[in-house]
Amino acid sequence: MAVSMQSVKKQVRRRKRWDVIFALVGIVALMIGVLTFVALFAEMAMNGAGRLSVDFFTSFPSRRAGQAGILSAWVGSTLVMLVTAAVAVPLGVASGIYLEEYARKHWLTDLIEINITNLAGVPSIVYGLLALGLFVYQFGLGQSILSAGLTLALLILPVVIVATREAIRAIPQGIREGSYACGATQWQTVRYHILPYSSAGILTGVIIGMARAIGETAPIITIGALTFIAFLPPAPIAAEPPFVSFEWLFSPFTVMPIQMFNWTSRPEAAFHQNAAAAGFVLVVMTLAMNGAAIWLRYRLRRNIKW
Amino acid sequence: MAAVLPAASLAHRRSRLVRERIIEAILFLAALVSVFTTVGIVYILVKESIVFFRHVPVWQFLTDTQWTPLFDDAHFGIVVLLSGTLTSSMVALAVAIPLGIIIAIYLSEFAPFRLREVAKPFLELLGGVPTIVYGYFALLFVTPLLQRIYPELPGFNLLSAGLVMGIMIIPYVASISEDAMRAVPMSLREGSYAMGATRFQTATRVVVPAAFSGIASAYILGISRAVGETMILAVAAGMQPNLTFNPLEPAATITAFIVQVALGDLPHGSVGYQTIFAAGLTLLVFTLAFNVLGHVLRRRFREAY
Repeated sequence: MAVSMQSVKKQVRRRKRWDVIFALVGIVALMIGVLTFVALFAEMAMNGAGRLSVDFFTSFPSRRAGQAGILSAWVGSTLVMLVTAAVAVPLGVASGIYLEEYARKHWLTDLIEINITNLAGVPSIVYGLLALGLFVYQFGLGQSILSAGLTLALLILPVVIVATREAIRAIPQGIREGSYACGATQWQTVRYHILPYSSAGILTGVIIGMARAIGETAPIITIGALTFIAFLPPAPIAAEPPFVSFEWLFSPFTVMPIQMFNWTSRPEAAFHQNAAAAGFVLVVMTLAMNGAAIWLRYRLRRNIKW
Repeated sequence: MAAVLPAASLAHRRSRLVRERIIEAILFLAALVSVFTTVGIVYILVKESIVFFRHVPVWQFLTDTQWTPLFDDAHFGIVVLLSGTLTSSMVALAVAIPLGIIIAIYLSEFAPFRLREVAKPFLELLGGVPTIVYGYFALLFVTPLLQRIYPELPGFNLLSAGLVMGIMIIPYVASISEDAMRAVPMSLREGSYAMGATRFQTATRVVVPAAFSGIASAYILGISRAVGETMILAVAAGMQPNLTFNPLEPAATITAFIVQVALGDLPHGSVGYQTIFAAGLTLLVFTLAFNVLGHVLRRRFREAY
């Protein structure tokens, strides 16, 4: 025997040592990710803490850092998100339903599927260029809340479609067959069975999409949103008839990430504090939304037993 | 038995059928919106770029080594912007490739169940942080930190932007790679263990090669995100066009240039306005190329079990 027991044992020990080393390296790598995030959060919280007060939420941006606030930014973000949700949710859910429940296999549906995959990989700033050329100038919508909302809706459409399709695909075929057996039409099956059972999954996708949209900066800068807005869009509800006004759709606006970008790119440290505070609010908002989506998905996975 | 159906019931059936058709048509139109989006993107970028290339010959666009589109003596050398994009992406990948794959292997093959259940959602949360926040972090935290180690580092530089961008894409890369590794059937691992392989050997020589197509497409996705990333670079790398491959210098990328132009007020229809569409077209061509490459890699190296 050329190989002694001793040397075999030594080799085994050496190889097992690699297991331990890699496990340590893995934890270190994971820690780098976690610590970076902790540093990011702590830095913003500490730097912005001095500015976080009720006044910060109820003041307009100002030339004086100490008096500036995010009133126009969060109102703008809310209104843009309303438009985005109103457009992206029905379109995305309808597309998802069509592709899963109605579409027959042919070149057009193949094209739609490949297209959705590719759209998910298009950089967000390219959507901004589309919006600048199409919505702002071609359709003459201007640099308005409507343009921004439509842009972000197109941006998150793939997210909503993919989430809808996955949620629908998880529903067993037996549910559909049972519905048809009772004499339901295809739409009735979708309306009373497919949609209700997939709604939690769809909601997860919608929340993740909205969380992404609320933090998007590049496409909105590209359509030329102003950064200094010291007024609010016209109110949607009026005291005299016709009571409801859609003028706000065409109003100039600013949003949270743009306000933060504006403050970050100023040289004065006082404005950086504002940026930190705005960033803190933004991160808490997106984390809360993503956290809600993850929690929803987790609950979903546990509760549904077909 | 159809003959005994009363006329009212037949009419009801017909109206039901019509309604079904109308609904299907509406759903189909909704599905077409995504196709129109692509058509719209290509149409707008090509339309404005054609006007641009009437002013600036294509060969000049590709070979000029200066980028001064808003000066009197205008030069349009896209290479200048590409160098910034390339350098920052390289830095990002230098961070994201090793860290991403180590985290993925660790989570898939080594980590205890509990840790994985916590770490996966955490990675997803990290992926949801807005990029402008990462930009702030790169400019006001990472750059001062790096300046302590290397005092000559300018306030705007590609290095800190690239590093933070790398951290930003780790969640995507790690999460997708991990999914690919989890999809490798257990029997392959069991076979490897039965031959006396250790965990590390099984992970690196059996699981990673078997999941290669998934891992490769994760990286392609990461690269495509790095190339298209905008705000981190616009904030932390400065917006000065600079033909350089040195990450310690400030430079503009394609995306940062578009932001810079959009922040100013260029008249609609001027050459400067059309420049951003030509730059956008270049960006789209690159990301599309990466997407196609990802498809090819996935198909070529797909292992069927």
